[in-house]
Amino acid sequence: MELSETHKLPARTHTGAWRRWVAGGLLVAVVLWAFTGMPALAIKPNAQRIGGAIIAGIFHPDWSYVYTGDGEDLVSTLLQTVAIAFAGTFISAIVSLPFAFWAARGKHKFWLVSRSGKFLLTAIRTFPEIVLALMFIKAVGPSAFAGVLAVGFHSVGMLAKLFSEAIENLDNGAGEAVTAAGGTHLDTTMLATIPQLLPEFVSNTLYRFELAIRSASILGIVGAGGVGTPLIFAISSRAWSRVGIILLGIVIMVTLVDFISGTVRKRLV
Amino acid sequence: MEMSEHTQPRPTPPAAPQLPKKPFAWERLAVTVLMIGGLVWSGVETQVNVGQFVANFGQFTQILAEMCRPDWSYVSYVVAPLIETIKMAVIGTAIGAGIAFPYAFLVSRNVVTNRFVTGLFRFILNIIRTIPDLLLAALFVAVVGIGPVAGIITLAIFTFGMVGKLFFEAVETIDEGPIEALRAAGANQWEIVRYAVVPQVMGFFVSYTLYAFEINVRASTVLGYVGAGGIGVFLQQNLGQFRYDRVSLMVLVIFAVVLVIDYVSSKTREALL
Amino acid sequence: MTVAQKEPIIQFTQVNKVYENGTVGLKDIDLTIYPGEFVVVIGLSGAGKSTLMRSVNRLHDITSGDIQIGGRSITQAKGKELLSMRREIGMIFQNFNLVKRATVLRNVLTGRVGYYPTWKMLLGMFSAADKQKAYESLQRVELADKVYARADELSGGQQQRVSIARALTQEPRIILADEPIASLDPQTTHRVMDDLKKINEELGITVLINLHSVELAKEYGSRIVGIRAGHKVFDGPVASADDETIAAIYSGADTEKVGA
Repeated sequence: MELSETHKLPARTHTGAWRRWVAGGLLVAVVLWAFTGMPALAIKPNAQRIGGAIIAGIFHPDWSYVYTGDGEDLVSTLLQTVAIAFAGTFISAIVSLPFAFWAARGKHKFWLVSRSGKFLLTAIRTFPEIVLALMFIKAVGPSAFAGVLAVGFHSVGMLAKLFSEAIENLDNGAGEAVTAAGGTHLDTTMLATIPQLLPEFVSNTLYRFELAIRSASILGIVGAGGVGTPLIFAISSRAWSRVGIILLGIVIMVTLVDFISGTVRKRLV
Repeated sequence: MEMSEHTQPRPTPPAAPQLPKKPFAWERLAVTVLMIGGLVWSGVETQVNVGQFVANFGQFTQILAEMCRPDWSYVSYVVAPLIETIKMAVIGTAIGAGIAFPYAFLVSRNVVTNRFVTGLFRFILNIIRTIPDLLLAALFVAVVGIGPVAGIITLAIFTFGMVGKLFFEAVETIDEGPIEALRAAGANQWEIVRYAVVPQVMGFFVSYTLYAFEINVRASTVLGYVGAGGIGVFLQQNLGQFRYDRVSLMVLVIFAVVLVIDYVSSKTREALL
Repeated sequence: MTVAQKEPIIQFTQVNKVYENGTVGLKDIDLTIYPGEFVVVIGLSGAGKSTLMRSVNRLHDITSGDIQIGGRSITQAKGKELLSMRREIGMIFQNFNLVKRATVLRNVLTGRVGYYPTWKMLLGMFSAADKQKAYESLQRVELADKVYARADELSGGQQQRVSIARALTQEPRIILADEPIASLDPQTTHRVMDDLKKINEELGITVLINLHSVELAKEYGSRIVGIRAGHKVFDGPVASADDETIAAIYSGADTEKVGA
């Protein structure tokens, strides 16, 4: 806005503003469109009763389920969930390394190389974990191991991407110093590249672990181990107080893992 | 190891003291032990069996082989549920972000000074954020029945948790100057939020909401697996019937849609900011 | 100060460097440096000072000409020979180029890399004797007490002195210093320059350094080389570099003047 010749307030200049109005208007139109033709916005008639029952169940959790010693109880399945996430993330961190170097820009003369690596990683990320879990169940049977494989495979897509970004952002001064001192290419990798990348990699892996915990707790829905299995049984048999205790367990587990992993990550950087 | 080869004279400083012993790195040892222990434990706990995996790898490659021949004729069946999925994501994002907007101010310590209020509402927000989306979907299917409504509620809650967290962190890091200026001019709490806080954070809000939308489109494709509407219902059916040619087609279609949505979303962000 | 000996330690013969994008880095450079000299290269940014430095240890390959180190051509050297020639040339960088999250000792030991087979480096196996050597280098730059500190805990000046210690641990005959003080404040600048001078005088290591500051060049150098747009436009003892000559190096009056 510029001052005009008189004391009158000049009209607001509209350059650029129209774009916002168009975009904003389109946004509203899209939301309205989404509501059209939604076939069954109807809710089950007894929804209120069930909702009430669930809330009642959450506030009266089935404490007896916490530990029974038969391996099917809450503590055991939660531990299994953590194990699935841990093993899956750990494996994927190792598998991700070569993919990361493949996808990192600036490492290759031909842009096609890194581009194809990036494309592959995006494709891996697109596969929903549930689908992967079912595919692995076909291969190794319904077990926690299938969950590990599903989490691990999916994680490669994300971890390798994060790793490759870390490689791209690496300041290679220290590597130059090793070369100048008479080091080979491999020496440079061992003495400069890896020590610089390792903290970044560990931090990314921990972050991925936080997400994997959430995935691992639902994979049981399809039979890939963890706390998801008893949960889906409890929901389908309408044992709401058991659903309550399982929910409570998941909330506590995820909060704990987030807290520990977050603390370690803060110390790393 | 052989020492220097050339004959450069190199006088050592007089009476060079010995290199002191390195202080023991407890932390590193602890982390290493924890990592190895964790790996062994998790491997035993989940019965990781590489031999079995290798032995049955043929099964897996067979699935992959089937996936390499997507059933293109299935596309026409996929379009309608795909549109439903996108609609679910749009509505869920709109509702979730709409609730998250005022809520974020409620938990920002520079807007609401009452520590008890911010603490309590933050606690609720954090708990909501810990629950995985599919789990919420399974619960809401049980409550409201099979169909997109359960999916919409799930996505709304999921969006609320994500946008709420990101947005309140943005609100808390704004420039305090304008707030002080308005307070000095005698503005009340509402006027401060309207004229000093909102203008500073509106861009963040738009950006986070679009980001949530991108994630919701991905998430909504699997919600149908537990009955919460959208393309996931079909995904479940075909997986159940081992129709991997159709599964791979759906994954391809989802991939394409996700790419398009990401592009449109980033363009919208540019236009709005 | 330095008596020019017969055998040159660095010899540039008609060196040219043209970058892939066509930029001329160095043009017909002839330069002879004798053991024990403290040679300061001056010139504008982008004149080719850094290129000159990096062609000595072949961090940059030259386009034509020949560079000899102690009578052996580094331009022709291949594989192991190149690596063993590099370990006789220490290098100090503007941005220190330390592994920030590693300990000072580990960084200094890196200087020994050229003396080990790669498989030992894969396991990080440095001998006790080399660790002691690294510690002695740290004493020389008076940072012995920081031996187990992480590099990023140190100030900029201290980090640069760690990188001097790293170069020393290499037991080089030559030290190249590429703008070693450009990232430092005035006080630490003198500290670093004093260390380099001490190394030059006490250990007889030849120093080739490029600097922005003419004052520092005159204060510390024994000989000045002026570079302008890839050409060597001045070469002579510090005493012969008068204000007019300096101005010519930095401005662009085309008076090629080679001092005695």
